[in-house]
Amino acid sequence: MSSKDRILGRIRRALRDDAPAVEIPRDYLHVHGARTPAQRVDLLAAHLAEYRAVVHRTDEEGLPALIARLLAERGARSVLVPPGLPPHWLPAAGPIRVPDRVPDRAASTPYELDRVDSVVTGCALAVAETGTIVLDAGPDQGRRRITLVPDHHICVVRVPDQVVDSIPQALPLLDPTRPLTWISGPSATSDIELDRVEGVHGPRTLEVVLVGTQ
Amino acid sequence: MTGTHLGMPAFPAAAPAFPAAAREAVRDEGLRANLRHATHTIRDKRRRAVAELEDWDRLRAAGRAVKDHTLRHLDRYLLQLEEAVTAAGGTVHWAADADEANRIVTDLVRATGEREVVKVKSMATQEIGLNEALEAAGIAAYETDLAELIVQLGHDRPSHILVPAIHRNRAEIRDIFRAEMGGWGRAAPEPLGDDPRELAEAARLHLREKFLRAKVAVSGANFMVAETGTMVVFESEGNGRMCLTLPETLISVVGIEKVVPTFRDLEIFLQTLPRSSTAERMNPYTTMWTGLGPSRGADGDGPSAFHLVLLDNGRTDTLADEVGRQALRCIRCSACLNVCPVYERAGGHAYGSVYPGPIGAILSPQLRGTGSAIDASLPYASTLCGACYEVCPVAIDIPEVLVHLRERVAQGGPVTRGGVRVTLRPADGHTAERAAMRAARLLLDRPGALRAAERLLARARRLAPRRLPGAGRAWTDSRELPTVPAESFRDWWARERSDPR
Ligand code: SF4
Repeated sequence: MSSKDRILGRIRRALRDDAPAVEIPRDYLHVHGARTPAQRVDLLAAHLAEYRAVVHRTDEEGLPALIARLLAERGARSVLVPPGLPPHWLPAAGPIRVPDRVPDRAASTPYELDRVDSVVTGCALAVAETGTIVLDAGPDQGRRRITLVPDHHICVVRVPDQVVDSIPQALPLLDPTRPLTWISGPSATSDIELDRVEGVHGPRTLEVVLVGTQ
Repeated sequence: MTGTHLGMPAFPAAAPAFPAAAREAVRDEGLRANLRHATHTIRDKRRRAVAELEDWDRLRAAGRAVKDHTLRHLDRYLLQLEEAVTAAGGTVHWAADADEANRIVTDLVRATGEREVVKVKSMATQEIGLNEALEAAGIAAYETDLAELIVQLGHDRPSHILVPAIHRNRAEIRDIFRAEMGGWGRAAPEPLGDDPRELAEAARLHLREKFLRAKVAVSGANFMVAETGTMVVFESEGNGRMCLTLPETLISVVGIEKVVPTFRDLEIFLQTLPRSSTAERMNPYTTMWTGLGPSRGADGDGPSAFHLVLLDNGRTDTLADEVGRQALRCIRCSACLNVCPVYERAGGHAYGSVYPGPIGAILSPQLRGTGSAIDASLPYASTLCGACYEVCPVAIDIPEVLVHLRERVAQGGPVTRGGVRVTLRPADGHTAERAAMRAARLLLDRPGALRAAERLLARARRLAPRRLPGAGRAWTDSRELPTVPAESFRDWWARERSDPR
């Protein structure tokens, strides 16, 4: 007998008692509180900041200059770019030095990614109640590893369109067949005397740019 | 590479029974101070995180029901899961016990030609002693979670589900890093202070060289979705993401009870697990993947081979016990450890199992049977104060199962072992009662004993005679019960220490 048949047989024998069927109550809340779109964005910003993401706000027009400034402040010499990132997000040239663009390619080795300073991506959506950004490897987000190996991640969220209130609102908008990465603040550990330290293996700095649409 | 012992020492088969192990532990003042600080810190934080959700009780009831429903139809959901994972390009293996799971993983690693693997923290692989099995096959398994790294480098054993190195302070960790890192790869930077930031940086540098070159990774999973074949891993550091996305081959070893029916069901656990576990609204990283993904691993986004090893190893025997099966609802949040007065005094090692604390006291004797001294004594490693039940996000009535298992140890009765129905004989010569008394006296004859004893007796009083049969009855019969304080235990608990939710 295969182990599969053995395990399934044991399960069926184990369940012979006549315990009643279980109803799953779904009366938990779909959202915690009522918010206007602006309040939702404020809550997202507050929760992101609480878990040590650095939050910036701008509009479409101000975005390239803001990203250029963040990269310059960081001293980034190279920046990873997913194939579908809107070209105008990154400054073409300007008063400050523009970092080398490294395309997200299948052939890049982890060692190559490790030499990149920063990465700029969009996101699939953001969840205000938990301060979470979800990436689904869409064209403006790229492969999972590009937001993991470099030490500095700038993530652009279109507000209020890409912001939902809650986890129950987020799941129906996501496609489980795509790889999903849920990010809530930068990498952190509390393994040493429960002192929270940001940045162990993932990017130590997460900057979230909330871009308003007028 | 040196010939250093890379495996994490397994819990010896002949671990001392809980009372003996606890006696050792309570003598260790440093350990008790570390534990007290840690458990109280996280307990208070958790209370605040849970209080944010006004529907916590409803989420808890829903989580419990999803798990119970899945367990009632476990055969169906496992088959559905297998189909979905296979359709998405993964390969599913079934392992009836630890040996079989270890053999499957060892063969899979061997087939890649690699001699080392990186590991995401996983209780299931600790339970089966995978690191030792791989080592015996000449394969080095590197733990990449910071706490697991500390434990592995220290030739030590984990003592907590969530923070396995909770028993170590920063000075000890620095000494371990300085002494051991060099023998395993990149040495710790010199000089190395004991600031957590510096220590985390040393771990980052040490492990990064392993992540970048790793070809094979081994993980567990927090949830598996039957409907879609999606696997879910919650973590904080990014070591999980490294292991789950950079290597070419990913092998996940997961207990069969981790399956949930639908993708939607995750909305419950995404809310309850982080808050109960790390006391955060959400842990920094959660990775969800389905087989090889839309690209089938061809475009460099994630592994090009994915293997899922479904592990029984005593779970179906646990399922056969109508009272004890609720232990399979556990989502390993570790909240019950942090509120347990016995865990706080004895520490995780005293439980002689990878599952310490209240959940360990009911899970280990069910997964392994009560044949050994340690497993027979575990159901007594509790004051039955009920705090573990109050905090459990899937409402496992741990005291109920403890009393049930005490009765089994003391009186014998029908159980299922290896899928076969057998009848246990009562433990010899009231071993169980003696073990119980020793465990209780040992832990309670200490400063703070009075409060704890009152708690114990109040609970016993309230429940007797309905819930203290067998050994419990003998215990309460032979003792004068002091007057139960005017304030009820529950009120006192709610006011003093616990979480009203
Ligand atoms: S028994 Fe409950 S509280 Fe304890 S680890 Fe499991 S889910 Fe968490």
